Amino acid sequence: MMSGGVDSSVAAALLADEGYEVVGVTLKLWGGESDSGCCSISDVDDARRVADHLGIDHHTFNFGDAFTEHVVGAYAADHAAGRTPNPCIECNRHIKFAAVDERARLLGFDAVATGHHARVATLPDGTRRVARGADLAKDQSYVLHMLDQDRLARTLLPIGGLQKSEVRARAAAAGLRTAAKPDSQDVCFITRTQGRGSFLGERIPLTPARVVDGGGATVGHVAAVELVTLGQRKGLGLPGGTDPRYVVGIDRGAGTVTVGGPADLVTDRQAVQGWAWTGPAEPGEVLVQVSAHGSAHPAVVEPLDGGEGDGARVLVRWASPQRRVAPGQSVVAYVGDHVVGGGTATA
Amino acid sequence: MPDAYLDHAATTPLRPEAVAAMAPLQGEVFGNPSGSHRWAREARRLLDDARDVVAAVVGAEPGEVVFTSGGTEADNLAVSGVAQASGGRVVCSATEHHAILEPARALGGDLLVVGGDGRIDLGALERELAADRSVGLVSVMTANNEVGTIQPIAEVVDLVAHLSPATVVHTDAVAAAPWLDLAHHAGPAHLVSVSAHKVGGPQGVGALVVREGTPLSPLLLGGGQERERRAGTPNVAGAVGFAAALAATARDREATVARVERLRARLVAGLATVPDAVLVSPVEPEHRTPGTVLVCFHGLEREVLVFLLDQAGVGASWGSSCASGAAEPSHVLTAMGVAPELARGALRLSLGWCSTEADVDAVLAVLPGAVAQARGATTDLGRPAASGARS
Repeated sequence: MMSGGVDSSVAAALLADEGYEVVGVTLKLWGGESDSGCCSISDVDDARRVADHLGIDHHTFNFGDAFTEHVVGAYAADHAAGRTPNPCIECNRHIKFAAVDERARLLGFDAVATGHHARVATLPDGTRRVARGADLAKDQSYVLHMLDQDRLARTLLPIGGLQKSEVRARAAAAGLRTAAKPDSQDVCFITRTQGRGSFLGERIPLTPARVVDGGGATVGHVAAVELVTLGQRKGLGLPGGTDPRYVVGIDRGAGTVTVGGPADLVTDRQAVQGWAWTGPAEPGEVLVQVSAHGSAHPAVVEPLDGGEGDGARVLVRWASPQRRVAPGQSVVAYVGDHVVGGGTATA
Repeated sequence: MPDAYLDHAATTPLRPEAVAAMAPLQGEVFGNPSGSHRWAREARRLLDDARDVVAAVVGAEPGEVVFTSGGTEADNLAVSGVAQASGGRVVCSATEHHAILEPARALGGDLLVVGGDGRIDLGALERELAADRSVGLVSVMTANNEVGTIQPIAEVVDLVAHLSPATVVHTDAVAAAPWLDLAHHAGPAHLVSVSAHKVGGPQGVGALVVREGTPLSPLLLGGGQERERRAGTPNVAGAVGFAAALAATARDREATVARVERLRARLVAGLATVPDAVLVSPVEPEHRTPGTVLVCFHGLEREVLVFLLDQAGVGASWGSSCASGAAEPSHVLTAMGVAPELARGALRLSLGWCSTEADVDAVLAVLPGAVAQARGATTDLGRPAASGARS
């Protein structure tokens, strides 16, 4: 998949150099406004010109309907339901490593490659895992946690062993026009000028809410409870001059957002739903990461509801208390630098 | 199996007559036709000769031919130019090319419904015209680019002349030009769009035929070229190639149509053997162009099928495409009432002036396998097995 960025350009170049029969594919995902995410005409142009330069065929696939349903629609619905979604993860789950992979199978291809900063590691017993990229500052293993054995067997992540600086150096050395292109940022279907609130306001009802302290006294107001996230500190209309206060509870039914101190934001356990182990379950201590670029902390993953199958509810017991995770965020378990499982935080 | 090109409706190879006619303009002849010296006169003569040819083929006077940068500009000039000059409402058929639909949409225009065969409902047009006197332009294409349906332009012109004599009739004859007698099928309209590259001329040149007395404001203002209807130094080489291709098309029309009708029959007979294939293009020769065959396959995705055909050496398409190359839902199939699930499996195979029996046989040899694979069967098209990754 060639997004038109430098990482996937170099990924394609590396595969072509290694003698793979490579076809570049750019996804058209979003017909609305976009700053430059993954689907603007200029990005398609860049991908096509890089493919031309590499002497490989390039095609554009329209997955707009699936993207609108599984990524944009789910993003709005999650916010409406009080969750804090990660649309890049949903895009990987439903589009890049599902719809595109299924199309690649139909077309007779053996694997799908992307420019993610992560690696596919194979254990001696044949189990495959997503491993952190060599450039830890750019590591994207967290957003690939949902890849199962079947997908991993058909996934190539050619630049995962390179530092970002090496990726850019290789792009420059190969004369790729994307060598100096800035990295894409933020949610690709929301423009900086429009912003999240206005985007969601066109799709879901936004409800005002009172901001209350632990005693129930009103201390501020927010225009849209759907835009409030656990742990949020700014934009709550609070008067200054006090110790920092954070969102520690959201009650949509009562129309209140509760704020409290840092102590109210930590917990020794975190409930997770939709949990899937990449390979065999890891009963012992693992490292758990709860944001794309956060650190991983020791914890044990315990099955809940007696179930251990995919989609199960689990409880993450932290070795030492950690910040609570906003419902909707991914919770990913590592052993060393290998992803071993993951799911979605729930209240 | 040799490669086979079946996307002539997208563009067709240059005719040798066009190549020969343009050759002097690749070097020795270069004058600006608006100048006042022999270099200019030489270019002017070639441009005027080209204008005579285009006028004759469309059944117009030379002074009525306005050269443009292609079909899209001709269509935009017709829609926006008449709307601006007359102030009237724009009405067009729902299956027009985007070059009509987009300017019409920008002007708040209205769409005419079509039947399952793609032909406009003349009753609906009658009601539009009878409803009020504000219709400034009616635009109905001579033949459709995606499915080939021929529209009854003479009847549209008669209806408008009868009910709303001040209303201008435009027809986009771009997709009709390779096949139909334009003087007969498009000529009755006040405005006719034609594009060079669909008839074996170069890309980037076309014409709008503007009948004497038709209200039309120019889109491009400047040096007053093309009788102040289209400013800018004319594309002399393009116009010359256009005229040569159009003349060759007209000269060979009957023979080309007869030959391509036979190829079409062979192609359609072959398509009928593919399971769950639905022919969308009209069957009767008087209702469609010879070259365009739009077929839909149940249970597959058109992007997949076109990709597989490309890999097998067959150039085809799903209809018209957006600039990014991604498949978009076809407004033509939607307007014709084709179910969205079926429209997702659309394939346009279009024949042209140089198509051969070998082309048809090549596509028929690989199509059943490609369709089966696109539907999820494990058929391989005989490509060498890949040892590693692709994509």
